[in-house]
Amino acid sequence: MTRVYISSVINTSADSVWKVIRNFNCMPDWHPAIVESRIEGDNPPDQIGCVRSFRLESGGYVRERLLGLSDYDYSFTYAIIDSPLEVENYVATLKLTPITDGGRTFAEWSADFDCSPEKENDLLEQIGKNVFQTGFDSLKNRFSN
Amino acid sequence: MIMVAVRRSTVIEAPISQVWDILRDYNGHDSWHPAVEKSSLESGMHTDQIGAVRNFKLTGGEHLREQLLSMSDKDHRFRYTIVESDIPLTNYLAEIELKPVTDCDWTFWTWSSKFDTPAGREEELSELVAKGVYEAGFESLRTKVKTNNNLYSRFDLKESRTPIEGTAMIIDHYGTSEEFHQAKLAAPPPEPGQVRLKQTAIGVNFIDVYCRTGYFKLLTPPGVIGMEAAGEVIDTGPQVNHLKPGQRVGYACPPLGAYTSVRTMDADLVFPLPDYLDDATAAAGLLKGITAEFLLHRVHQVRKGETVLIYAPAGGVGRILCQWANHLGATVIGATSSEEKAHIARAAGAQHVILPGETSLEDQIRKITKGHGADVIYDAVGQDSFAHSVAALAPRGHLISHGQASGDVGSWDISSLASCSATVSRPNYIHYTDTPEKLSLITERLFKAIESRIINIEIGQRYPLSEAALAHRDLENRQTTGSTILIP
Repeated sequence: MTRVYISSVINTSADSVWKVIRNFNCMPDWHPAIVESRIEGDNPPDQIGCVRSFRLESGGYVRERLLGLSDYDYSFTYAIIDSPLEVENYVATLKLTPITDGGRTFAEWSADFDCSPEKENDLLEQIGKNVFQTGFDSLKNRFSN
Repeated sequence: MIMVAVRRSTVIEAPISQVWDILRDYNGHDSWHPAVEKSSLESGMHTDQIGAVRNFKLTGGEHLREQLLSMSDKDHRFRYTIVESDIPLTNYLAEIELKPVTDCDWTFWTWSSKFDTPAGREEELSELVAKGVYEAGFESLRTKVKTNNNLYSRFDLKESRTPIEGTAMIIDHYGTSEEFHQAKLAAPPPEPGQVRLKQTAIGVNFIDVYCRTGYFKLLTPPGVIGMEAAGEVIDTGPQVNHLKPGQRVGYACPPLGAYTSVRTMDADLVFPLPDYLDDATAAAGLLKGITAEFLLHRVHQVRKGETVLIYAPAGGVGRILCQWANHLGATVIGATSSEEKAHIARAAGAQHVILPGETSLEDQIRKITKGHGADVIYDAVGQDSFAHSVAALAPRGHLISHGQASGDVGSWDISSLASCSATVSRPNYIHYTDTPEKLSLITERLFKAIESRIINIEIGQRYPLSEAALAHRDLENRQTTGSTILIP
């Protein structure tokens, strides 16, 4: 099992960040690597178990299932069902925590997955940098003063 | 009673390892938190030992006892509870947790708690905890980290790159004290991880004699012997974060090379000295004090009510063992050779002293302990004493052989130890002191013991460094009392 963990500080309240990212179908609104998203079977995007299917800017398609969503914890957890990434048992969590000092947000994005050892470094880079950090950078830009 | 929850969090602009280093020192919060005037640990426990109770005196005069419930270096988290307090907080359970901010190498710090307060006082007390304790702590830790980092970067730039000439006592061959001769010796500028010291006092230990004669091959001549000194930091190389120029420091460990006025060495081996410990006392007592610390707290953890037999109780390490073991609540028995030394041992805290007499050592011990024997024996004599020590042990006793003044212990059949289910330890100084982490835990407790006068270090003789030969002669001829130091 491999783990990737990225965290960041975003210059606005957790409520404001959560409003942007809570909708499981809205990743194209805030993540530059994702261009199109829909929820399969027209289910609501906050129904636990719903599946989003989105297209990457680079071409491939990804299907992910929502495993958990908590407004109280500002967090959601999802699993990859299909993707161009050569990963198995991929489960990721995105979570926000309010920083009481200054009203900012501590954001964490982590994933656990299995992969072949020779692919590991490549995948850590792709997921950690191109997906997670790129997403946080875009949120940081959106809320920079 | 009203149940209250408080949570405060902040970001410290420093790597998590740096912040955690400061916070995980459970008993060190008085060094940065403005509300804590003094912190001390109860009953000889370690600062990171689960169950340890720290005793706070707050700047407002109140007292507080808090117990460490859990700590994890992996999760950068610890939990603690108030066990007794002048402030009416009950069922108080608090947690400090750090997480890394990976994209800029900062630290996210959460400090939270739940507790009960008397009805009507919940707001006042929540505010006290949230602002007076948590937020005030955030600010002063932030300042401490910033000041440290500024100091280090400033001194790195100022660092001088030229050798500094000093005076050393050198031996060209193994031999008598006549081998010492004085010579100029330059201390090179510190490399990464090194520090350069101006030494003001150098400790003389019996092991120095063994190094000089070649009995211990810790040095191949020509070279400089000596394992212990105190002084001031001249400059540091890159990657040294715990020392700064002008700071008072000490060390007590191999590699050899202390008999000199300036020295460049690994910074990991060097630690800051507290204000209440002057350079001469540090040079006189570090090696012996560190030895006593790990013998009494790590090789064996001496507890109240145990009977402890200490050989050579009037010697350097022996005196400290007597003082400290007595303070720990043990029954201390010293075994020595003359009435004069017995007097010193009694003054140091030995409740009983046994001298060579008509009956054997083990018989005398059995008589004093009403047949039980000694639970712990600190034997530095070796060849002449070992068999007596085994015979004097209580059932499941612990024999700690930490020296061999009379010669090697020799070969022993392990099955002979079954007569009392004995445990035998042969500790080596180096294995208790070879990392800064191990060393700092030891020196922390040692310094507190010195500060609170549980132990006192007696400087018996001072010689100029150039008189090292005379100092060795006096030591070998048993003409010294207490510790001996050399002054460069």
